[in-house]
Formats: sequence, structure tokens, C-alpha cells
Amino acid sequence: MAGSRDSKAAEGSKEAEGSVVQQADLLCEAALTGERRALARLLTAVENRTPLAEAALRRLYPRAGHAQLIGVTGPPGAGKSTLVAALIAELRRAGRPVAVVAVDPSSPITGGAVLGDRVRMQAYAADADVFIRSMASRGHAGGLSSATSAAAAVFDAVGFDVVLIETVGTGQSEVEVAAAADTTIVVEAPEMGDEIQAIKAGLLEVADIVVVNKGDRPGAHRTAGQLHAMLADAPRDARPGRPAPKHPDVLVTTAATGEGVAELLAAIDRHRSAARGSDGESARLKRAEAQVWAVLVDRLHARVRALEGDEAELAALPDGGWAAAPAPAPAAGALLRSVAAHEIDPYTAADAILDRLVGDASGSGSARVR
Amino acid sequence: MTDRPLKVLIAKPGLDGHDRGAKVLARGLRDEGFEVVYTGLRQTPEMIVTAALQEDVDVVGLSILSGAHMTLLPRICSLMRERGMDDVLVAAGGIIPDDDVPALKEAGVAAVFGPGTTIAQVADFLRANARARD
Repeated sequence: MAGSRDSKAAEGSKEAEGSVVQQADLLCEAALTGERRALARLLTAVENRTPLAEAALRRLYPRAGHAQLIGVTGPPGAGKSTLVAALIAELRRAGRPVAVVAVDPSSPITGGAVLGDRVRMQAYAADADVFIRSMASRGHAGGLSSATSAAAAVFDAVGFDVVLIETVGTGQSEVEVAAAADTTIVVEAPEMGDEIQAIKAGLLEVADIVVVNKGDRPGAHRTAGQLHAMLADAPRDARPGRPAPKHPDVLVTTAATGEGVAELLAAIDRHRSAARGSDGESARLKRAEAQVWAVLVDRLHARVRALEGDEAELAALPDGGWAAAPAPAPAAGALLRSVAAHEIDPYTAADAILDRLVGDASGSGSARVR
Repeated sequence: MTDRPLKVLIAKPGLDGHDRGAKVLARGLRDEGFEVVYTGLRQTPEMIVTAALQEDVDVVGLSILSGAHMTLLPRICSLMRERGMDDVLVAAGGIIPDDDVPALKEAGVAAVFGPGTTIAQVADFLRANARARD
């Protein structure tokens, strides 16, 4: 991670930095010419958020922006992976190259993960125009991993026409995928809930298309009818200054047999054309905001950790480690101890750290109560 | 750069339909802190090697009970070499006679784990022998 606090790595010099950029260039070059191993390596770097990944993304980002990003989310066992496999089949029939990022949860206890989405998609393992990558969420909440959008951008840049983003099995409120994808599909299973479930806030609100999968099971069409009644028939008019509610299509599929999947793809493409207008523009801005914000938070974390770092080491530097400091301030460690001892409050401590990093935090426009 | 989890592909080459062992191992390695990609049953060598390449795994673990190991495992190892994946550790488990082990090692299988192997033994071996990368 650039901006990392590891001062040894930092003084480790421009030389190493240069070679990282060169390595990234080589990998990008190879990946852009269709070398799959290079692409896989790039994705690993992106997932591990290495300096190489940052160098590569700086180079690849301008090439991205052409792929259709389709998010697939919904509760565990609803059939997301099987539906993704069915969409791959449909897209390949149309000759379109497809990439998949499939996220499964990491253990909060051991950090390990079982990434099992691929099992449903292995029929396409031998197709050179299909690339499937599993990712563990690695502690990131929201249904994706923190590297998912960057991975999608890499696939986009190297020429995949469609990127399918499959989230972890979600509950009601993991809505992050809506910012990562052009079109968000929420997959439900029959009999998962009644009309009350359908009017609750959260996941269903971000759906561009709702799919009731396992359409061959009893109750599938009744479930679809209830969802349709509550979602599609919501008021059409946005009040001034308020976001308009979405009116998702509600479709029934049987992913295991492919039934209804052609209609789903048609609905996805319809949504995409409709979203090219102003709605799409605001979605793209939202995505850009989420991306920039994520990097900003990362950078801020890294720099704050640097402040929290070894105070003795900082003090040993010629300027006491505070060269950029506008005024003398207590070291971050001392601040934390003061907060722990309830001598100062967390707001004062956070403002002191922000002051240290970016100058006067009160200049940010947020009023501070002193 | 960090101590990121090792990534392991667990695959069942060939035609035997018994994957309880592979699933138990996948879950056990999860508990040991590995990221485990499971590909399911009846995989061809090509499917396994392509999955390993796309997933950029550190280890390929092959579970085989059918008796076809002398055909399938060397084929997988040679496909991996063809695709420049020499640095990926290959380990096998299942029912494999001791007499076949030297030839499999010759072909590129780093270790063969038979019945009675504990998850901890497998995990320790993988940690000690998988490639170190950033």
C-alpha cells in the first residue's frame, strides 16, 4: 500500500518504486495482450492491495469504463452462482467475453474461507473467453471484498465485455454492490417472505431487477406476484429533492435449467440502455465517489497508523517526526492514552490527529463544538 | 508483503464421485486460515489447471480415490508446467498405493497424503512448502 507507514520501505527508495512500476507495466502489457496468467497475477496484487496493484490500476483505469458491470446479490442458497453460470451460458451464446468476480465470506475467527461459487460455473473453465475469479471478503462488510471494484476495473480494462459481480450471501442491508455495478439483480428464492418482507428498506430497494429463482418450486410465481405488487407498483413520481424509488422488473427463473435466463438478460440490457441517460450518470458519479472515498479512507488509515507508530523512532528523526506539523502537538499514542484515561474525549483526539495530517480540521466546514 | 492467507485449490480429478474427504479437508483448511477454492466433482486436468491459473492459487490439492492417479496426476503436473505454473505446489490425497508414490513425486507431486493424515499435518506441510510471494 503506498503511503504505508513502513519507514524502512519508504527510505528503501525510489529505486524499488521504479521497479514496481516496471513490473506493473510488464504485467499490464501481458494482460492486455490476453495473457491469462498475467491477468491472474494482477488480480492477486489488486486483492492484496500491493504497491504493484496501485501502479497497475493507475495505468489500467483510463482503459476501463466500457464493460457492462452486473451485480448479483441475494440470500445464501437462493441460486446466485447457478444463475451466474446460466448468464455466462447466455452471454457466451451471444459471443460476448465474460469475467466473473465471485465473493464468499472470510472467517472472522481464522481469516480462512471456502470459496465455493466456482463449483456451479466449472462447465466454463475450459472456455478461453470466460475468466472466473473467487475472492474472500477478508473482513470487508457490505457483501463485497474491498478489492472487488478494482478487480472489475482490471477485467474491464483488459477487454471483457461483461463483468458479473457475485456478492456473498446477503441479508437485508448489504447494498454495496449497487454502487459497484451498472445493474443490480437481487435473487430471491420462493417462499422467502411475504409482502411485509418486500416493503422493508434495504436490499430490495437497490434492485434494478428482482429475480425469483427456483421457478420450478411451488410458490415461485406467488412470491414473484407479491414482490411485484409491492415493488413495481410503488409511486412513480419522485418528490422534488428526493430520490425516485426504483421500479424493478420482477422475473422468475430456473437457473439450473436455464429457463427464464434469456428474458433476464434482455431485462438487464434494457436497464442498461435506460440507464445511459441521467440516471446512469448519477450512478457513475456515485461509483466514482465510492472508489475515491475508499482510497481516501485507506490513505487516511495508513497515515494515522504512521502517527500511532513507534514514537521513539519518530522522536529520533531530526525533526522529531513532525516536520509538517503546523504547531507542536502530542504524539498519537499519547492522545490514545489520554482518551483511554478519559482525560480528553475522542472528538478532540480525532481533531488533533486531523490537524496534524491536513492542517486545521475546522476548515473542513464541519462545525466543531469546543 | 502482508501475511495474507495462502490460497489453495481443492479439486477432484476423474470420475469417482466421493468428495466427502475433499470437503472435510476444505473446511479443515478454512479453519487453519487458508482461502480454499473448491471446484467440485469430475474435473478434467484442463479444467483443474485453468481454475488454478485463474485463481492464482499457491497450492493445488488433488483428491483421488478412483485408481486413475497414475494417469491424471502426471497430466495435471505437465499441463501446469506448460503454462508456467512451476511455482505452484501440488499435493495429492486419497487412496494411492505406496509403490506409486515415487513415480508421482518424480512427475511433480510434492506430497501424497493417505488415510489417517490429520488436517494439521496437511496445513503444516503447505505452510512450510508453498511459495512465498508478495
